[in-house]
Amino acid sequence: MLKYIIRRLLISIPELFIISFMIFMIMYAAPGDFLDQYRLDPTISAETLEAMRKEYGLDQPAIVQYLTWLKNLFKGNMGYSFYYRRPVSDLIWERVNATLILSVSSLLFSWALGIVTGIFSALKKYSFSDRILTVVALGLIATPSFFLGLLMLYLAAKTNWFPISGMISTSYNQLSAWNKFKDILWHMILPVSALSLGSFASLMRYMRGSLLDVLNEDYVIFARAKGMPERVVIYKHALRNAINPMITFLGFSISGLLGGALFIENVFGWPGMGRLIYQALIQQDMYLVIASGLISAILLVVGNLVADMLLALVDPRVRLT
Amino acid sequence: MEAVLSVKNLSTYFYMEEGVVAAVDDVSFDLAPQEVLGIVGETGSGKSVTVKSVMRLIKSPGKIVNGQIIYKGTNILEIPENEMYKIRGKEISMVFQDPMTSLNPLYTIGDQLMETIIQHQSVSKSEAYKRAVEMLQLVQIPEPEKRMRSYPFEFSGGMRQRAVIAIALSCNPSVLIADEPTTALDVTIQAQILDLMRSLQERLKTAMIFITHDLGVIASMAHKIMVMYGGKQVEFGSAEDIFYRPIHPYTNMLLRSVPRIDRKIDRLQSIPGQPPRMIDIPKVCTFLPRCPKRTEKCQTAIPPMEEIEPGHFVRCFNPVRGDE
Repeated sequence: MLKYIIRRLLISIPELFIISFMIFMIMYAAPGDFLDQYRLDPTISAETLEAMRKEYGLDQPAIVQYLTWLKNLFKGNMGYSFYYRRPVSDLIWERVNATLILSVSSLLFSWALGIVTGIFSALKKYSFSDRILTVVALGLIATPSFFLGLLMLYLAAKTNWFPISGMISTSYNQLSAWNKFKDILWHMILPVSALSLGSFASLMRYMRGSLLDVLNEDYVIFARAKGMPERVVIYKHALRNAINPMITFLGFSISGLLGGALFIENVFGWPGMGRLIYQALIQQDMYLVIASGLISAILLVVGNLVADMLLALVDPRVRLT
Repeated sequence: MEAVLSVKNLSTYFYMEEGVVAAVDDVSFDLAPQEVLGIVGETGSGKSVTVKSVMRLIKSPGKIVNGQIIYKGTNILEIPENEMYKIRGKEISMVFQDPMTSLNPLYTIGDQLMETIIQHQSVSKSEAYKRAVEMLQLVQIPEPEKRMRSYPFEFSGGMRQRAVIAIALSCNPSVLIADEPTTALDVTIQAQILDLMRSLQERLKTAMIFITHDLGVIASMAHKIMVMYGGKQVEFGSAEDIFYRPIHPYTNMLLRSVPRIDRKIDRLQSIPGQPPRMIDIPKVCTFLPRCPKRTEKCQTAIPPMEEIEPGHFVRCFNPVRGDE
């Protein structure tokens, strides 16, 4: 098991190199560069522009730029942001918490709710409540999360029940620890809902389908035929088999932890990585984009590994060698 | 002898969007203690639905619409669903067709065997373990203690079917239903499993319902045979009756379509036509369209089950007689 994990991690190193190189090249291939916005500004002289080009290394060939970045990476330096003129790692580090608060709670929320309602809906197949849940789920799947976010903003603005933007109130610093917690929680409700409702709906449908498939399996009927009470048939024999295919999805969800909230963070003015990356993309702030891409790639590798390990834990047929 | 299981006028229909399928229609039989009843018929003739009805394992859109299933004096159809688990596995248990899918892939053989024993008998875990090992020995699985810890995927098809049989017999049921237990196995393994089932049946004195579409298998297993066609029983009698004096035209033609080692023929006979489409079938004999002996009378009604000779029943207006 340990050998397997080490091997998987070693394999992922060349993968990550290739991914970082591709992101770099794609950014490079995009027309224009970071300095375009300054070129349009008549108050900035040609000499200044040239000096900035030198300073940022944009005058070098692309491959040299990439190799320089790679060399710095080994020294623990992920490069500097052109726009903020600060190390990329500092910028990301400052915002990682806000994003994680948002994405982890939405992950937990959507999974808990999705699994439970999925099971309920499968066990009550074609009943009235199942039909209602189906309609709601399909509606939520069909609605893009940013649109859902906008609807919620509208609701918040109309009713004043929820804050429309940000993560903390202006009075945050004067609050006691408990009230600080409550303040963040209050700000979180809308973005977390907007973020989780879509994935909750698809998780519920997957769970429902998976359980319904398993309930028709021979071993479930055999469990019933050998006199197991319905409770045991469903929760021991059917459910564990039905959870199996869901674990792969969990791996994907983990990869989206840092980058998945991009739209929602923008809609709700959440001070997380999503907004940082979005702005960096627009301004062609090269190293910030590469760093965030790399982090997503690492999370995907880790997420898949975690999913495979969980699968091996749940299913004796899966052997990690 | 008093029947341990007595099925009376059982009808199980499936209410599909296209119409009603009379998967089992007016089926009756008695099963005496220690007796082996064979049910033969082609795919779709209602064999499996009959025994699944006995176990009350019919799911919507299927429904048992009529009849009684008397087990040791109690009508099983009147037992509330949440009491049925006391019957299933303990009094009447079942072995399915495909051993590759009958066992839960995520639990060990030992776990699946022990949970059945613990469920039905008030024994401690260690007693259940001992009993489970005995059961694996009984079905001739080598190294039973080691095999308790194995998962189904580590077993071959034959071994899995042995394990399934061990689970089915672990609580000494009075009736064992085997729904084509050897169909999914290759021929040499088939013979082994049949031998095992025969010897266990004799040893444990369990009454058995054995379903198959293989006439050779049934000849070696059953005391009595019920022939089904299109959801109805067409003939019922002792194994000798059915094999030596088949009187329903279907049984008769069916037996002629089996190759025999003592008779040399160039071409096997086949029964012309197709099995009936079962949706909303007319109220006549289901074999009518393929029957060589049909008459005007057949168009008017479903023939009743009639006792032609003691213990030998047939559902036909024009039974085959003698050496026809």
